[in-house]
Amino acid sequence: MAPKVEIVQRQFGHPEWEEPFVVNMGPQHPSTHGVLRLYLELDGESVVRCDPRIGYLHRGLEKLSENLTYTQAMVLTDRLDYISSAANNVGYCLAVEKLMGLEVPRRARLLRTIVCEMARISSHLLWLATHALDIGAMTVFLYCFRDREWLLDIYEKICGARLTVSYARVGGVRLDFTQEIVDELYRFTEEFPGRITDYETLIDINRIWLKRTKGIAVVPPEKALNMGLTGPSLRGSGIPYDVRKFKPYDAYDEVEFEVPVGKNGDTYDRYRVRMEELRQANRIIRQCLDKLPETEGEPVIAEGAPDLLMPEKKKVPEAAPHPKRGFLIKGAEVPVVPPGEVYVSIEAPKGELGYYIVSDGSGKPWRVRVRAPSFVHISAIPEMIKGHMVADIIAVIGTLDVVLGECDR
Amino acid sequence: MGIEKDTVEVAPGVRQIPDTPVFISPVDYLINWARTGSLWPITFGLACCAIEMMATGASHHDLDRFGIIFRASPRQADVLIVAGTVTKKMAPIVRRVYDQMPEPRYVIAMGSCACTGGVFRTYSVVQGCDEFLPVDIYIPGCPPRPEALMYGLRRLQEKIRREVGRWGSWR
Repeated sequence: MAPKVEIVQRQFGHPEWEEPFVVNMGPQHPSTHGVLRLYLELDGESVVRCDPRIGYLHRGLEKLSENLTYTQAMVLTDRLDYISSAANNVGYCLAVEKLMGLEVPRRARLLRTIVCEMARISSHLLWLATHALDIGAMTVFLYCFRDREWLLDIYEKICGARLTVSYARVGGVRLDFTQEIVDELYRFTEEFPGRITDYETLIDINRIWLKRTKGIAVVPPEKALNMGLTGPSLRGSGIPYDVRKFKPYDAYDEVEFEVPVGKNGDTYDRYRVRMEELRQANRIIRQCLDKLPETEGEPVIAEGAPDLLMPEKKKVPEAAPHPKRGFLIKGAEVPVVPPGEVYVSIEAPKGELGYYIVSDGSGKPWRVRVRAPSFVHISAIPEMIKGHMVADIIAVIGTLDVVLGECDR
Repeated sequence: MGIEKDTVEVAPGVRQIPDTPVFISPVDYLINWARTGSLWPITFGLACCAIEMMATGASHHDLDRFGIIFRASPRQADVLIVAGTVTKKMAPIVRRVYDQMPEPRYVIAMGSCACTGGVFRTYSVVQGCDEFLPVDIYIPGCPPRPEALMYGLRRLQEKIRREVGRWGSWR
């Protein structure tokens, strides 16, 4: 149990008021998981005030997707949460499908579920690797990346990319699995539970690990709800909220899995929840693989799905009079998405990921808004860090599992 | 000259006086050899490419075997791998990190975003980190595979090997 320090915040003008000691952490810091910047006011070694400053990775993704067609904009969702890009694709596609009223074939739904759970495993493995590395366990990092590479190799066989997969399509998925991939996945699911036990042997009862995680950043259930935490961070506090159970999408209604919850709501419980989720994800992949032969030969994309081809480029007969300024070549756009608005949320590895899309009936989205779990989680850092030491900031950032690409968009 | 007559070349650029443990070589060769063997990049991830950079440094594609070890402080680093999208808010900080690095220093632009801005042709993204940094090696890809990053680092080593007179007080 780390000692909690009682801090008396003396107001300005108080006779004992003194200038606070200000430390700037980030954006160049190996443990801030990207480019998060924290403005810290310290009293000795305990944190009095913490103020996250974000926006260092704001790339204008939402604005950019307004100028692209629906199928083109899906590629950008890969770059939101780049550790689990497959889950982002699926969320976006679900939103557009709901808008279009498309029915996805069962085989495509199974394939999507497999890919989503693979994304969950690879995301949690990277979380465990970096979280343990930040706290001081180097070995876990190396072991986790070994298995993550295996998973990325399977991704590569599925769709040709390691990280930014773009596997899902509006109305289904891009390609069917070959038998080789199914065999490889069977081998993976066979072996992976043993690997999880390996990681647990490394740090589960490690004395340093326990001291750094037990009783750090305790979040009571009500407070977790009020702060808007979702995903494993919320379930660590003991609330069994999971979009996969409450509003099943894809093939989650036909598979069996448990939603692990923590008890105390501290960093160690959230670690336990994520480790258990790895097991459940493995179980879901296994069940989906067993169901795949039932749907052999089905199409993997719905019939009314929008064309994957880019809009045809027309040749402009003569160049514009201003050669320096250039000219735009615009193709004929076929509006396929009816006007309306839609909100769809999925259970991404980090938490509840929501897409809110407004369509005006043209071929391009009028507005895309992403409800990113990391953005909400970062706003919880000042509450969670109160009264802790500087070294515990690393544990708090790690346990919330924030990704700045998703937060700043 | 006398050197060429009395010595034998045992390695490219290294000559030995026969039957003695005396080797003659230009200082450039020695210094470049030492530098190529211990390129220390700084752990500075910006976006997606940072994950691939980590994967390159981790167990499967082991960068340590090239003598490439990630350092957390710019003052101990030789290479700045710009791994990811550089936004206009981030650009002064990247430049400051580069300024804090001691000479000789090298820059690798990793990924399409760092090379040209990539798909993000928006108001907030710097269109290529060569707008404010002297880039040595460009690695395309979104994100580049670990093998591509390793190839880029090998090309940087080749570049360092060709350097002449970049030691002492060269300013």
